[in-house]
Amino acid sequence: MVEKDTSMVKYYLFKIIIAGLVIIAVLWVITPFIISILYAFSDPTDYYSKEIIIPLHYTYEHVRKLVALGAGTAIINSVIVALMTIALSFALGLPAGYAFARFVFPGKDSLKLFIIGLRMFPIIVIAVPLVSLYIRLGLSDSLLGVALAHTAMALPFVIIITSSIFAGIPKELEEAGLIFGLDRTGAFLRITMPLALPGLAAAAIFTFIMSWNEVFIAAVLTLTNRTLPAFILTSAMAATDFIKFAASFIMILPAMIFVFIARRYLIAMWGITLR
Amino acid sequence: MVDVKLRGIVKRFGKTVAVNGIDLDVRDGEFIVLLGPSGCGKTTTLRIIAGLEKPDEGRVLFGDRDVTYLPPRERNVSMVFQSYAVWPHMRVYDNIAFPLKIKKVPKDEIDKKVKWAAELLQISELLNRYPHQLSGGQRQRVAVARAIVVEPAVLLMDEPLSNLDALLRVKMRSEIKKLQRRIKVTTIYVTHDQVEAMTMGDRIAVMNQGKIEQVGRPDEIYLKPANVFVAGFIGSPQMNFFDATIYIEKDKAVLDVGDFKLGLNKDLIEVLKDYEGKTVIVGIRPEHIYPENLIPSTTKKVAKVEGIVDFVEELGSDTIVHVNTGSQILVLKISGSHHYEIGSKLVIALDLDKIHVFRKDTEKAII
Repeated sequence: MVEKDTSMVKYYLFKIIIAGLVIIAVLWVITPFIISILYAFSDPTDYYSKEIIIPLHYTYEHVRKLVALGAGTAIINSVIVALMTIALSFALGLPAGYAFARFVFPGKDSLKLFIIGLRMFPIIVIAVPLVSLYIRLGLSDSLLGVALAHTAMALPFVIIITSSIFAGIPKELEEAGLIFGLDRTGAFLRITMPLALPGLAAAAIFTFIMSWNEVFIAAVLTLTNRTLPAFILTSAMAATDFIKFAASFIMILPAMIFVFIARRYLIAMWGITLR
Repeated sequence: MVDVKLRGIVKRFGKTVAVNGIDLDVRDGEFIVLLGPSGCGKTTTLRIIAGLEKPDEGRVLFGDRDVTYLPPRERNVSMVFQSYAVWPHMRVYDNIAFPLKIKKVPKDEIDKKVKWAAELLQISELLNRYPHQLSGGQRQRVAVARAIVVEPAVLLMDEPLSNLDALLRVKMRSEIKKLQRRIKVTTIYVTHDQVEAMTMGDRIAVMNQGKIEQVGRPDEIYLKPANVFVAGFIGSPQMNFFDATIYIEKDKAVLDVGDFKLGLNKDLIEVLKDYEGKTVIVGIRPEHIYPENLIPSTTKKVAKVEGIVDFVEELGSDTIVHVNTGSQILVLKISGSHHYEIGSKLVIALDLDKIHVFRKDTEKAII
């Protein structure tokens, strides 16, 4: 009887500890979000008051100010750049990933290593040559220019991820397609692609967020056509704290919406394709 | 419906030769089994017939048509894969209908054919499910239905039963065979399971190291193996092999094994006299050696050897006894349950009409 009691205590103690750890982990992630959102709309007097931690009066003024300064266009710029980055890096990365997954060719492993190695170089090192190259090509201060730079950064990642996605799809499924009347392209488009889609969507989310967050290249390469991080860096960072919070709110919101939509789509698809 | 001819097929992967010069004629409507151990090139051969691999040398002919360089979709073949390869993102109905959709068959005809195939394989009530909602055996049926719905000229099967449990395998074995009889499609079936091969094949092609060792009806392969490999690969437990020296006496040929001698009929003298004084390999199946008291009445001539029981496996339906004769351990299979004490003496009788003799150098059968 006594023994049973201690084991019960142990069981619940363990449960409580786990729950506590989970709560800490969640708070760790979520607190900055909550604080940013609260202070983004905080009345300045509440923000500066020593007695008030959670603001009592709220205002849209900070966000409106930023939008008036050009945050709206910056958001649109960022979305355009991110979508272009996805399109370009997938157009280039998907075939490469497929080749890595399906074919055996000499130098495959070293090539793979080389692709990962590309990420080794700090962006700062290539920033100045990149700017001078872009000026000569007429790409400086253009969204395409930023998207190309982001593509270069995202490409190794896209190749590695897509190759592992394609490798996870049995070759026989494609071969069955070939036997039953498809050519290679048809088998890829009608068999492999639908099965790879959830994984590719996940890779697209990561690419989007990478481009969305990237500030250095965007700030160096653009002047008038700022993406959102570059815009915030040059405008809000010199302003008062609640403007900074408002800026981070603007930064978080679209990314969060995008991820939520993509995530629901993702889960719905995985339910079907996973056996 | 078409006959299939392979002419001098060679396929290399880097330095390894997977298929090393294969000639094979498959008759129209025949069920032929490619049988061999793993890595013998049987699956590669099948993939070459399917068009999924290009041979480095040789030709593949369907009837009079040379299809060696045609892509799979232009060959009118079907295939059942070992992993079934049922498309997970399509319902069962769409899986079966897909080959017809690509061929732009009218919708109502597709519907008719899918229902026909589904009924044949007893999966009519599964048509609306996704593959992940099916068991392995059901998925296998879907794969077969998809393969026959296009009415292929040649049906290829790559170890389709190897992922099923033992009971289901036996059931599907007879079902596939019956189905093939019904639709009379030329079928090439790859397996490493000799029981599957013996029970399903009209003919069997035994393969080893990229070559065909022997082609023949199942009983031919069993009764008259062409060489040591085929003799050893077919039959369970394996055939007993031992070395012997031949000498010819007045009215008989004698195989001198060492601790015992086997006197063969004089009608074999003619065949064996070229090998006089030479060492040969002698083979006899476990089911053709009997304990002295259990010699069947139909057996004409036996050689008796005394030995000691080394090991006994009682399987219920059969008893397998390992007998040590001094220099050899001979395995015998007796039907029914029998009890033998390990270490006890046992006189065994070798059925001399069932003895195989192979050349020592080429391992080819002499008798």
